[in-house]
Amino acid sequence: MADFTSNFWPWFIGITTIISFIAVLALIRWMTEPGKTDDDPQTMGHTWDGDLAEYNNPLPSWWLKLFYITIFFGIGYLALYPGLGFYQGLLGWTEIKEYESEVATADKQFAPLYDRYQNQELATLATDTEAMKTGSRLFANYCSSCHGSDARGAKGFPNLRDDDWLYGGDPNTIKATILNGRSAAMPPWGAVLGEEGVHNVTQYVISLSGGKADATAASAGGEKYKQLCFACHGVDGKGNQALGAPNLTDKVWLYGGLPTQISKSIATGRNGHMPAHKDFLGEAKVHLLAAYIFSLSNEK
Amino acid sequence: MATQEMYNYKVVRQFSIMTIVWGIVGMLVGVSIAAQMAWPALNFDIPWLTFGRLRSLHTNAVIFAFGGSALFATSYYVVQRTCHARLFAPTLAAFTFWGWQLVILSAAITLPLGYTSSKEYAELEWPIDILITLVWVAYAVVFFGTIVKRKIPHIYVANWFYGAFIIAVAVLHIFNSAAVPVSFLKSYSAYAGVQDAMVQWWYGHNAVGFFLTAGFLGMMYYFIPKQVNRPVYSYRLSVVHFWALIFTYIWAGPHHLHYTALPDWAQSVGMVFSLILLAPSWGGMINGIMTLSGAWEKLRTDPILRFLIVSVSFYGMSTFEGPMMAIKTVNALSHYTDWTIGHVHSGALGWVAMVTIGCMYYLIPRLFGREVHSVKLIEVHFWISTIGIVLYITAMWVSGIMQGLMWRAVNTDGTLTYSFVESVQATHPFYVVRFMGGVLFLTGMIIMAYNIWKTIAGAKAIEAAIPAPSH
Repeated sequence: MADFTSNFWPWFIGITTIISFIAVLALIRWMTEPGKTDDDPQTMGHTWDGDLAEYNNPLPSWWLKLFYITIFFGIGYLALYPGLGFYQGLLGWTEIKEYESEVATADKQFAPLYDRYQNQELATLATDTEAMKTGSRLFANYCSSCHGSDARGAKGFPNLRDDDWLYGGDPNTIKATILNGRSAAMPPWGAVLGEEGVHNVTQYVISLSGGKADATAASAGGEKYKQLCFACHGVDGKGNQALGAPNLTDKVWLYGGLPTQISKSIATGRNGHMPAHKDFLGEAKVHLLAAYIFSLSNEK
Repeated sequence: MATQEMYNYKVVRQFSIMTIVWGIVGMLVGVSIAAQMAWPALNFDIPWLTFGRLRSLHTNAVIFAFGGSALFATSYYVVQRTCHARLFAPTLAAFTFWGWQLVILSAAITLPLGYTSSKEYAELEWPIDILITLVWVAYAVVFFGTIVKRKIPHIYVANWFYGAFIIAVAVLHIFNSAAVPVSFLKSYSAYAGVQDAMVQWWYGHNAVGFFLTAGFLGMMYYFIPKQVNRPVYSYRLSVVHFWALIFTYIWAGPHHLHYTALPDWAQSVGMVFSLILLAPSWGGMINGIMTLSGAWEKLRTDPILRFLIVSVSFYGMSTFEGPMMAIKTVNALSHYTDWTIGHVHSGALGWVAMVTIGCMYYLIPRLFGREVHSVKLIEVHFWISTIGIVLYITAMWVSGIMQGLMWRAVNTDGTLTYSFVESVQATHPFYVVRFMGGVLFLTGMIIMAYNIWKTIAGAKAIEAAIPAPSH
């Protein structure tokens, strides 16, 4: 399959385009040439299906003018812009150049605004109402589709307004999370534990947060927990922010706290992913966003 | 030799009836997904009722089942009547009917089950694509075979358009559907990346250009002069706009890919030819409407004619709107918004469906040797569908332009004024209005089905003798 970057297609289309223009103009000329422009609306002398006939009225002049205008606009446009094969157009315009110049203009206009905030302490910045207004807009644009417009999260997407932090809630950790992203890896234990094992560990995990659990199953699950789970979630089940391992003793459940949901997390694992925003937004905007998110958890 | 002198109306009748049946089915699915846009819970969490699956069923049903049946019916009728010849290869003609119904049935089963090639308006998987190809080749043989048999040397203008439509759709379908099958109902496109996108929209836009425009202009060129009982306005205009139309339409596809990875030169060509399309498109509108000159008063009394003329007016409106939306600056606002949906439906409901409805009201009573049951009901149908279209289009215009403006609104700090979900929220009332417009249009179709049922119930299918051509 020939690629658009091969030489054939631009040439082929360029030449065909020119031929098309000539053909359309010739077609109009042919149908407006003297001898065909008499204003006498005679029928053409053919009759189909009993009574179907055709007049031969001249082409309406307003319509012809419209046709010419679009044709000459087309010729002008193709002279100015890239369109005829490898010919680049008189303006030297390209989509990439337009994009780059718009981004450069925007950067020049807005960069100072964000740079001003970048040197401020995050905790202090979080109290600057003007800055937080911009922060909330950044959040609405870039974060709300996963974390919700109220920042209360959804299943699989952490609530940012509570005090529970998977990786830590101090301002700099929040900033690091946004800048570099996070990849959680809860491995699937279904094959190791078997169906009963998963059930038992589920009951144990429920008991950790004071939920109603089957005591026998929970105690059997506790034994498994001490072999397999404590390394990440801790002996006491309080989790480990260095690894992003959730605290299992609170009532906060990222993937739901029903027995079926917990056992699914244990059996098939979970792989939460927070994308990195460093290259996408730049550090200055991330700085402001981190301050905003820090401010959310301090609101109440 | 007696049969030689009769027109073949059987296949015309079959396709005409199915036009109405598929119209109702396709529009019902459309109304259902329009309701889902306003109230998403209406998919009832049943996979095959979800928007993603029913949307392609809707487009396939209205374009290829409803529009396609109308094109088959009218082209078979018109080509016979204007060639003064019985349909060539009647067995093949019968095959096109049953084959096409099988294509539609396959689509109605596979699409809701989630089998899709994921190419817009060409979602059907490869075995169905092959069946389409076979039917289409048979169609071409029947149509052009009848042209060859014609008793009048000049080929009537309607047949130019039908002929161009049949040839172009064959080429488009074969190139765009080229794919590598990996299993019975799964294949991968023969093209990759931006080339795939370009081939897809070369096909996609010409599905509009040839299937939904050239073919239906063929209908317009026969049924308007017949219903008005006046000669076509200008032969010369039909020559210019026919050649210019088929010549420039084929280039317009890239306007679907403005500001994408498609090379700049391809985008420019697409935009320029889309603009040049304006006059050739309007040529058809002028020829349709001006055929009425000297007989305007008929519009007051003849609701069939009103369907036909209003359809041509909608055609004029959407072929003005289209070139405007193809201008890159306008497209930067309109692309990806509901404006596009509004544009498509002003063409699909206003032009394609209205002209089809008018033609069927003309055609079906004649195929059964009856007068139409109730002219009053045609009148009701006309108004109800016109109001439906206006509601639909205006809702989508407002919603689309609003979306475009919301998405580009920027605060003084460079952030976007609205998050995406706010624009979704803002469109809700317009989705409700659009749904109501769709319900009205569907109601009109049901009234039509009743009217036609009353017209033909108990009627004997008639056979018409082929008259000798008059010169």
